[in-house]
This record gives sequence, structure tokens and C-alpha cells, in this order.
Amino acid sequence: MAKTESSFINMVVTLFAVTAIAALALGGIYTVTKAPIELAKRAKLENALGEVLPSFDSLSEYKVLPEAGKDSLVFFKAMKGSEWVGTAVKTYTDIAFSGRFSIMVGFLPDRSIFSTSVLEHKETPGLGDKIDKRKSDWSRQFEGENPGSFILRVKKDGGNVDAITAATISSRAFCDAVSRAYNEFEKQKSE
Amino acid sequence: MNQLSNFTKGFIRENPVFVLLLGMCPTLGVTTTAINGLGMGLATTFVLAMSNIVVSLIKDLIPDKVRIPSYIVVIASFVTIVELTMQAYLPGLFEALGLFIPLIVVNCIVLGRAEAFASKNSLLSSAIDGLGMGLGFAFALTLLGASRELLGNGSLFDMKFLKGDGILVFILSPGAFLALGYLIALINRLKKTT
Repeated sequence: MAKTESSFINMVVTLFAVTAIAALALGGIYTVTKAPIELAKRAKLENALGEVLPSFDSLSEYKVLPEAGKDSLVFFKAMKGSEWVGTAVKTYTDIAFSGRFSIMVGFLPDRSIFSTSVLEHKETPGLGDKIDKRKSDWSRQFEGENPGSFILRVKKDGGNVDAITAATISSRAFCDAVSRAYNEFEKQKSE
Repeated sequence: MNQLSNFTKGFIRENPVFVLLLGMCPTLGVTTTAINGLGMGLATTFVLAMSNIVVSLIKDLIPDKVRIPSYIVVIASFVTIVELTMQAYLPGLFEALGLFIPLIVVNCIVLGRAEAFASKNSLLSSAIDGLGMGLGFAFALTLLGASRELLGNGSLFDMKFLKGDGILVFILSPGAFLALGYLIALINRLKKTT
């Protein structure tokens, strides 16, 4: 078959045909994968919520704009039957070593921390990434502590938190994220 | 052309990473573990093989002056297909590879093979070329990822068999350059003797 000539009409028609077919194919793929992508995201969120909260059977979700910080925190109020069993807060910090990281913190009704879970981070592998429970037990020191009496700062800054060796900045950032969540959680409760 | 050597040339003789030194961005960026390297390699293989097939099919219909934009649209479509599919069915891997999946579009190997090979050869040769080159790329990335994971973390394919932290620098970015340099030296040595 002879090669199509590079005339104006041919070029316009070819480019139009190529992009139209590509758009149709992508539209099809998008429709097919939309539901599974939603499902995967939901599963990830529920996984994190299950980690930081005691067992629950219903959730209500709302957003709160914190005083210190640019973006809103997401609150997940967990109920078992009609009883309130805890609240998970999706919080973040901007003072981390590389970029923002976001964590999920679960509070019990007595205001103590039930557990924490790192959702995403870009900290240095082998050093700052020890904030992640899969890498080290460092973040377990927050469990069961009440930030009312447990000062959310590293010991170097006069707090109660043991910093990760060689990753003070990441530890500080983690404390920042947890205290942002706690402050807003407190405010919600008193209102 | 002999189809067998057309297929195998991607592994050592014309390996995209070790010999042609193309596609360095994902090569250095994602190969912190063997699994990431393999995932990235296979995603690229799919894009490479499919875009080679399509480009070879439409090569006579496309006027010369608009061939590059047309090829890029074809490649970008396949990359988006990979991205959406991976996001839906392999969310863990998608998270680890992150931005590097959409960046397959600008990987020199993909457009390079479309322009240098698929636009001049038959459908069968192009498909085999894309598959061979892609698997060669996957092989290189897995090898690099495995050596970095082994040295830096003491594990292989997430199976830990050395205690402790390993040589941290190999997980960090400078380790990618170090490991790649030694692997290229090794491949060149091997090529000389055979």
C-alpha cells in the first residue's frame, strides 16, 4: 500500500481519526475501571480506619478546617449501635523532611490515642520511614496516651516523645500532625 | 530478519538500559526493590509491544508530517490504559510506582522503537521487537532492583533473609547510579568474552 501523502486534508483527517479512536478507547477503559478504582480506594481507607479504631459498625464523615494549617482535616466518627466508640482523624503535616505526609489518628471517647496509621509519606527510606508501623514500632509509643498530659513534642523540644534516631525532623512532623488532629478533636468535643 | 535474534537482541546485545542507556528516569527512580522494577518493566513491556503493533498497522495510513504526534497519541493511550488498570486491580503496586507510570509516555524507548523500528517493519517483526525490547527492559530493571534491594535492605522480592538494615545508600538515589554503573560494567565485560 502506498504511503498517504502529507496534504493538509490528509493530516487533519488522520490526526482527527487517531485522537477520536484513542478517546473512545480511553472512555471505555475508564468506565470499566471506575468502580474497581473506587473500591480499591475505599478498601484502603477502611483498612486504615480499622487499624486506628476499635471495632465499629457505622461511620459518619465530615471535614473541619484547622486553625493552624491550610487544608481541612477529615473526621470519621465511629459508632457501634448507638454508642460512640471513637473518632478517627485524617491529618497531615507540612514540616516533614520531604513534602507533606498524611496520617490517620484514632481517638477514644476518653480523648486518648487508640492508634495511628501512616497513609502516605515520602520520608527517607531507612531513616524517616520508621514512622510507618510496617517498618518499626516507633509510632506505638503514642498508643494509649492522652495528649492532655502526654506532651506531643520530641524530648529535645521538651515533650514526651522519643524521637527516631537520625530522623528528628520526621518525628517532629509526626507530632505536629498528631497534635493538629488532637487540637481540632478537642474543639469539636467542647462545642 | 531472523525473528529469534530479533526477539533476543533486547536482552543483552541491544539492552535498552545497559547498552542503549535509554529510559534512565524510571530505571533510576523506581528500582528500589525487585518487585517495583519488575512491575515497571512489565508495564513498559505492555506499552511497548502494543504501541509497536498499532504503529506498524497504521504506518501506511499516517502522513509523514504528522507521524510523531500520532504515535505519541497511540502511546499515551496505552499508558493511560495501563495506569487505570493498575490503579483498579493492583493498587499497592500503583502506589509504589506512582508518577512513573504516566511518565512511560516520555520514555525514549517507546517512541524510539515506534519511530526506528515499527514504522519501517512488518507487524510480526514489530510485535516481536516490542516484546523483546520490553522484556529486556524489565529484565534490566528487575536485576537493578534486586541488587539494590539485596544490598540496601537485605531482602529479595520482599522476602527478608538478612538481619538489619543493609547498606542504606543503595536504597537512596545515589545507590541507583552506583548499582547501575557496576551492572553496566559487568554486562560490558560479559559481552567482551562472548
